[in-house]
Amino acid sequence: MSEQEQVRKQRPERRTDESTAPEVDATRGDQIKADLDDLLDEIDEVLEDNAEEFVRNYVQKGGE
Amino acid sequence: MAIEKVLGIETEYGIVGGPDHDPITASSLVVNAFAQPGMSHVNWDFEDEMPGHDARGFPAFTSVAPLIETHLANTVLPNGARFYVDHAHPEYSSPEVRTPLEGVRYDAAGEEVLRRAARAANELGHYPQPIVVYKNNSDGKGNSYGTHENYLVERSIEFADIVRAMVPHLISRQIICGAGKVGAETEAGFALGPTYQIAQRSEFFEEIVGLETTLKRPIVNTRDEPHGDPERFRRLHVIIGDANMSQVATFVKLGSTSLLLATLEDFGTSAFPLPPRQPVRAVRLYGSDVSLRASVEDEEGRSLSAWDYQDALWHLADQYVGETGGSAVAGESEVAFILSTWRELLDGVRDDRDLVADRIDWVAKLRLIEGYQERHGLRSDDMRLRAIDLQYHDVRPERSLAARCGLRELIAPNDIQRSLAEPPRSTRAYFRGRCIAQYPESIAAANWDSVVFDLGADPLQRVPMMDPLRGTAELTEELLDRCTTARQLLDELGS
Repeated sequence: MSEQEQVRKQRPERRTDESTAPEVDATRGDQIKADLDDLLDEIDEVLEDNAEEFVRNYVQKGGE
Repeated sequence: MAIEKVLGIETEYGIVGGPDHDPITASSLVVNAFAQPGMSHVNWDFEDEMPGHDARGFPAFTSVAPLIETHLANTVLPNGARFYVDHAHPEYSSPEVRTPLEGVRYDAAGEEVLRRAARAANELGHYPQPIVVYKNNSDGKGNSYGTHENYLVERSIEFADIVRAMVPHLISRQIICGAGKVGAETEAGFALGPTYQIAQRSEFFEEIVGLETTLKRPIVNTRDEPHGDPERFRRLHVIIGDANMSQVATFVKLGSTSLLLATLEDFGTSAFPLPPRQPVRAVRLYGSDVSLRASVEDEEGRSLSAWDYQDALWHLADQYVGETGGSAVAGESEVAFILSTWRELLDGVRDDRDLVADRIDWVAKLRLIEGYQERHGLRSDDMRLRAIDLQYHDVRPERSLAARCGLRELIAPNDIQRSLAEPPRSTRAYFRGRCIAQYPESIAAANWDSVVFDLGADPLQRVPMMDPLRGTAELTEELLDRCTTARQLLDELGS
């Protein structure tokens, strides 16, 4: 966990400013990875508790 | 000159929960919960609906007449949209708009309508399983429901030419507009065996051209129901496409398709790439291939990937805009924005997907799926991955995964909120929406091309709107500002 928090602190803003020059690839790669790690943390928090039941119960009638 | 591309999007939302898990009841509760006091009586006027008419010019003997579900909840909103129960889904049909960016705005307003409506229904009902709605197009079990686009096309364009010109785009645009999906759910899908598909609906298409929308779905739908003067207009009813969470994807979907239709009107079919020999096979194959390398043969045996088709179509649209300005689709800066965004997405999806993960739904979703799978060491058929797929489309901000992906927004949240109450100024939806807001007690029914007034003792009075580009703010705002009652409005219109 602490490792992720460190990564998070290094990151400036979630949204990158389009007008800034592209960063060197290594930094950009790290940033993308850090963003994704944050996102996956969030998914762990909000994903439906019982995925199997949730998916099984999601049944729709056709439409259109 | 190409005619102005009036357009709109209709979306059937997935729905779960509510009393007895009955989706029809839940859908009705959602629509009714949103209906404003004093307006729930506004009916849909079916007079000009003819979904059985076939654009190829012959009557549809194979089609069953549609059941007119007047008993189901059905309402017209002050923004000019229709919000109703279609089969077993709540459906939001956006008001007609004049440009792709307006289309995005009123599609986003639809999401907000559903969000508020479901919240209101749950507050009224306290169901053990709350009602939840999803902006997606399949349940992963072989049931699909639609997101349809509509475009105004010149009547003089032969339908066969629309088919020939538009098939390459309709089968290949999924590489930038697909919403992504874990696994497969039809025989055709199983045969290809993908663990992930770029589009939700591609495996459901079985024909090239046809009238059906629920069975034997065709790539080009022939429903000939112009909702306007049939001598002048067609409405191309595009049923192949996914509901997008990404506003940019919606924008490019509407923008690219509008530009190509205008190109067809001005340049003719010969300017377009040849369709594949087997379009149905092509749409499924492209849809199941995240590498984007799969290719099919066109009618002359040339091998083309979906990307190749999109690249050729982009160049055609670019040439069209260069020669005509593209004003049939939008103003200069918006047209330039369509072309530049379309180009960025095409290059990004091939060369550097991280650059477009904030704009292409299937790329954004795939990152979540692959990241989660890797983090937890899951098999590709793990139910948690399917749960992520579904929850990407949950419209509740506290649950939506799409809302957490950093998708770029084109419309400011305040503008979306305003668009629930304000109709677009650019089409007849303006007149419809303002009448609904201003004279709710005097309106008996409304539909795309008319508003029906009930002034008590007199017979009902129908105000026809056969031209989608009349009834705009420019033409009716002063009149509507001036007329405080429906009687005054009708008197002025009649004089």
